[in-house]
Amino acid sequence: MSIDTIELDTAEKIAAIPIDEIDVSRPSLFQQDTIGLFFDRLRKEEPVHYCRESHVGPFWSITKFDDIMAVDTNHKVFSSEAKLGGIAIQDMHSVEGALELEMFIAMDPPKHDQQRKAVTPAVAPSNLLLLEPTIRERACQILDDLPIGEEFDWVDKVSIELTTMTLATLFDFPWEERRKLTRWSDVTTAAPETGIVASYEARREELIECAMYFKGLWDQRVNEPPRNDLISIMAHSPATKDMPFLEFLGNLLLLIVGGNDTTRNSISGGVLALNQNPTEYRKLNDDPSLITSMVPEIIRWQTPLTHMRRTALQDWEIGGKQIKKGDKVVMWYLSGNRDETVIDQADRFIIDRKNPRHHLSFGYGIHRCMGNRLAELQLRIIWEEIHKRFAKVEVTGEPERLYSTLVRGITKLPVRLHAR
Amino acid sequence: MVKVTFVSSDGTRREVEIAEGETAREAALFNGVPGIDGDCGGACACATCHVHVDPTWIDIVGRLKEGEAEAELLQFAEGASEYSRLACQIPMESAMEGLVLHVPAQQY
Repeated sequence: MSIDTIELDTAEKIAAIPIDEIDVSRPSLFQQDTIGLFFDRLRKEEPVHYCRESHVGPFWSITKFDDIMAVDTNHKVFSSEAKLGGIAIQDMHSVEGALELEMFIAMDPPKHDQQRKAVTPAVAPSNLLLLEPTIRERACQILDDLPIGEEFDWVDKVSIELTTMTLATLFDFPWEERRKLTRWSDVTTAAPETGIVASYEARREELIECAMYFKGLWDQRVNEPPRNDLISIMAHSPATKDMPFLEFLGNLLLLIVGGNDTTRNSISGGVLALNQNPTEYRKLNDDPSLITSMVPEIIRWQTPLTHMRRTALQDWEIGGKQIKKGDKVVMWYLSGNRDETVIDQADRFIIDRKNPRHHLSFGYGIHRCMGNRLAELQLRIIWEEIHKRFAKVEVTGEPERLYSTLVRGITKLPVRLHAR
Repeated sequence: MVKVTFVSSDGTRREVEIAEGETAREAALFNGVPGIDGDCGGACACATCHVHVDPTWIDIVGRLKEGEAEAELLQFAEGASEYSRLACQIPMESAMEGLVLHVPAQQY
């Protein structure tokens, strides 16, 4: 199978680019999945790299595990504030006609802390224990409805469906309309060139429609006794109940995107990784207890968010390079997760690693992924239930990848199921 | 060596030994004590080695200091209390001989 193998001349061309001219902000590199070759070079030749010119302006790339950890845990120097550009390589609030959303992932303390504390209980372990039976029941339904021996798209039928169902459960969202959540998640991270929305104006309109829909749910729940779903939690918590409109919408979208794209692509990425590594697939079939360590390995391997960005609030030195106040600093989790100096055989997918959770996919520090245990729970459940039913989920064709610098997405993955 | 006892949420007590200078996180991980994840590798960056120091020991171990990274992370942890600490931030010393740490049911 040629999945993920890079043509030799592509590798040679990438090796020949002068290091100063490397620009890893181009979405096509992620769509073609050649980005790893660029990061290999940066880690070896210039681990803290300055790109002078790109479609998103000048930016620093931080590519090694320990440097990324140092930036991520230093929020006093490296700000997430939306008004300074926010958390992605493309500046927030930079696009004419786009909504100026406010969300706590793109805030610094103290406001970040108050809002995050308010919503955290919904995805904390004790609430997950309550959710687990529902998520499992729904996962079983999805898997039981799949055809055996027939080709279908795993992304649509399983990855999207399971994450959407979980999200609908978390929000206690009207069940029949749950695919609205999928759509709003896609729209939130989409630029017009992805083809998901026609223009920023069209995106704006859809997001306002989303806000109105949630406003309806909010108004209903604010007048009912508090419950464990996210909307009820936000409507009743002092830190979140009086949020201005764009903050209300921003935080909702944050929770939708956070719980959707990421897990969806890890579910798809796991199937692909096992197919590319048949020895690992055999290990899994021989010993399903390895699911526990396979799940974080899948999350490392996929790295569903390729990066997070910060803005330097003062001059600072990293890896011998002088970063100036106001500079854009991009922590490439996807690269740090392949850093051989920290992760043994980092370019191999190994389902029984010793410290599988020692990866960067969730970030570190105060902005560390709030849903990390929920993500692991969903992946664990789906793989436990897959194992009971199918001897193999066979990838039968080339995967299609998302045109995005931020979301490392698989948009299509044709598969055929083998009965156990 | 210093003796530490980890008490799990079901009440099970495990007494282990660890060299001075190592942290309480290592005391748990090197001795196979369950319930301490320590995802970040001991860098005070993930809050998955959360423990509750037994109240009789809190003055020797020390409390969280407001504004420091450890307190900033633990404010989001489930069930955090005035006795909460990150095990990776407790270097073991002889004065802690017999220390008792309570491990939460799950790390987050």
